[in-house]
Amino acid sequence: MKRALIIDDEPLARMVVKEYLQNFKQIEVVQECNDGFEGLKAIQQYQPDLVFLDVQMPKINGFEMLELVEQPPAVIFTTAFDEYAIKAFETHAVDYLLKPFSKERFNKAIEKYLALAPSTPSSKQTEELLETAAHSPAQHERIVVKTGTKVKIIPVQDVLYLAADDDYVSVYTAEGSFLKNKTMNFFEKMLDPRYFVRVHRSYIIAIQQITRIDPYEKDAHLAILKSGAKIPVSKTGYVKLKQVLGI
Amino acid sequence: MISMIWYSQIDQKENEKRKNEAEKLARDAELYNLRQQLQPHFLFNSLNSINALIGFKPDEARKMIHQLSDFLRGTLKKDDQLQVPLNEELQHLNLYLEIEKVRFGHRLQTEISCDEKCGSALLPSMLLQPIVENAIKFGLYDTTGDVVVSIRAEMEGNYLVIMVQNPYDPQTSRPKKGTGFGLRGVQRRLYLIFARNDLMETHANDNIFTTIIKVPQL
Repeated sequence: MKRALIIDDEPLARMVVKEYLQNFKQIEVVQECNDGFEGLKAIQQYQPDLVFLDVQMPKINGFEMLELVEQPPAVIFTTAFDEYAIKAFETHAVDYLLKPFSKERFNKAIEKYLALAPSTPSSKQTEELLETAAHSPAQHERIVVKTGTKVKIIPVQDVLYLAADDDYVSVYTAEGSFLKNKTMNFFEKMLDPRYFVRVHRSYIIAIQQITRIDPYEKDAHLAILKSGAKIPVSKTGYVKLKQVLGI
Repeated sequence: MISMIWYSQIDQKENEKRKNEAEKLARDAELYNLRQQLQPHFLFNSLNSINALIGFKPDEARKMIHQLSDFLRGTLKKDDQLQVPLNEELQHLNLYLEIEKVRFGHRLQTEISCDEKCGSALLPSMLLQPIVENAIKFGLYDTTGDVVVSIRAEMEGNYLVIMVQNPYDPQTSRPKKGTGFGLRGVQRRLYLIFARNDLMETHANDNIFTTIIKVPQL
């Protein structure tokens, strides 16, 4: 028996999925969720095999929710959203269903899911999906993190800098720092290069936070931020920085 | 004397320019409205709701199809050049609100207050629609609880004053670079029609976002 969650802020949209699923006795809907917060909780609680996920939802969207899940389950998107050119995710999600979808189209998606080689762990596939999502301009606006059991939304304007921290990245704001289980590469792709520069293997800084750049040892520099933080700038980082600053 | 003529000519030119721009903007507003209603979100999600209702509440599915059709037809038929009574504008708006309520179930509630005198007061057609859309979008996607969107109309002297309120979260919403065609377009249209920049204001207090427009009654 496969366990499934339906996450969508429109009750009737969940109803369609449930109705269509009646044909598949091997899939059980363990819970329905109204938004990403409920979704997160339910994923932790039930460890589902499959999630039907809407993209645009209150507060945090479907991608942002997935980012906060340690081992994401397999995902079928159900969305009317075409702004992201959702096709880009086709290779990574199990499937995506554009609302309104027919029963036939739905059945195809489920059959595709059931036929998935068990050798491809769904979490890896979903990770790749999120990497792809990071490229989409709509994802540039904010960073969603978990602090304890709470979800915090950090508008990118509030970010001072980011630093690599083992397998995580620390996101520094005036309020403090927040850990996110993503790579520096992920953030380098995600953040708008006009405002953020990767100045070092382990650091990305918000350009407008820089007050000074001082020489430091051979070939290296230190960027001094408004907050007083001193960030190492590598040789290649310095070249990039000069380019963006136009100096 | 010469300068008076000169000034009145300038005035006339200004007026002409404003009028042309008002017409262009009304066309843009119409296009915007068309796109709004044909955009995936509203239309496809509404169709998706209908798809769900057909299965177990066919009567409601039918009702929603009619509301959606009436709303779309009303939008196509609207002439932006016209000043229409508020009652008429609210009727059209109501179709839209009813559809949104089916989509979002109990989460969305609306409160509309408008007395008889306000109902017959005039405003540029389709002026209210983008304001209410904005309120609903903010309310529904920026909070997770129940959302009350209120529309209140009052006469203040020679003005029809309309206040639209919605909940929002000051922690996560920021004044963005632009409010999109939505609110900016409303402000611009008011300027072009009445040559005044002080007819729309927005306030963000606690968790409530308020948009107020004042429409001079000519």
